[in-house]
Amino acid sequence: MSDVLAVLVCLAGGLAGGLVGVGGGILFVPALTVFIGLGQVEGEATSLLMIVIVALVGTYRQRGYGNVRMREALIIGALSPLGVLAGVAASNLLPQRALQLAFAALALFMAAHLVRRARAA
Amino acid sequence: MPDPTVAARRNELLRLAAIGTAAGAFSGLFGVGGGTVIVPLLIFWFGYGERLATGTSLAAIVIVGSLGAIAQGGIYGNVHVVTGLLLAIPAVIGVVGGTAVQQRIPQQAVSYLFALLLVAVAVDLILK
Repeated sequence: MSDVLAVLVCLAGGLAGGLVGVGGGILFVPALTVFIGLGQVEGEATSLLMIVIVALVGTYRQRGYGNVRMREALIIGALSPLGVLAGVAASNLLPQRALQLAFAALALFMAAHLVRRARAA
Repeated sequence: MPDPTVAARRNELLRLAAIGTAAGAFSGLFGVGGGTVIVPLLIFWFGYGERLATGTSLAAIVIVGSLGAIAQGGIYGNVHVVTGLLLAIPAVIGVVGGTAVQQRIPQQAVSYLFALLLVAVAVDLILK
C-alpha cells in the first residue's frame, strides 16, 4: 500500500516539475522517507538522482516546445557550486532557524510578486 | 567611451551568476532544489515568459542536481539506485504530462501554481 502511495506521490512530483519547472524533490523526499522508509540523508540523496532524471526528460520535452535557453541554463548550473559554498558560509554565520525564516519570507515575497505580475498581465 | 553592449552583457552575466549562486545556496541549505529560486528570478530579472523560465530552469537543474549528487558523494554512499530508478518511472510520466499540460494553459496560470508552491515551501520552512 505504501509502495502505491510512493508511486502516486512521485507521479505528482513529476507533474509539478513539468508544470512549474522544479525538480520535484519537494515531493520525492517525503515519498522516499515516509512511504519507502529511507532515512533523511538517503532520501535526499536518492531524490537527487530522481530530480536529475526528471529534469533531463523535462528539458528534452521543453526544448521540443522551444522553451529552453541552453546558454543561460549552463551558466546558472555551472555557477551553482559557488552558492553551495556561500550557503555553507551563511550557515556558519547565522543560526539555521534564521536562515529558514529568511528564506520563507523571501518565498512569500516572490509568491506575492508573481501573483501581482500575473494579474497585471 | 564604454561600449554599452559590453556593459549589458556583463550585467546579464552578473544576474545569471546571482541566480546560479542563489540556487546553489538554497539547494545546499534546505534541499529545496534550485527551481524555487531560478524560475521567479528569470521572470523578474530577465522578463522571461513562464514557459521559457520553467524550461530553462529544468535544464539548469540537470547541472545543479548532478553537481549536488557528486558533491554529496551520494552516488556511492547514500543513493538507493534501484529505488530511485523505479520511482523515477512514474515521475518521468508525470513530467512528460506536466510539460504537455503546461503548453495548453495560460502562462499566468503557471505563475499562480508557482506562487502556491512557494507558499507551501514557506509554510514547510516555518513549521520545521
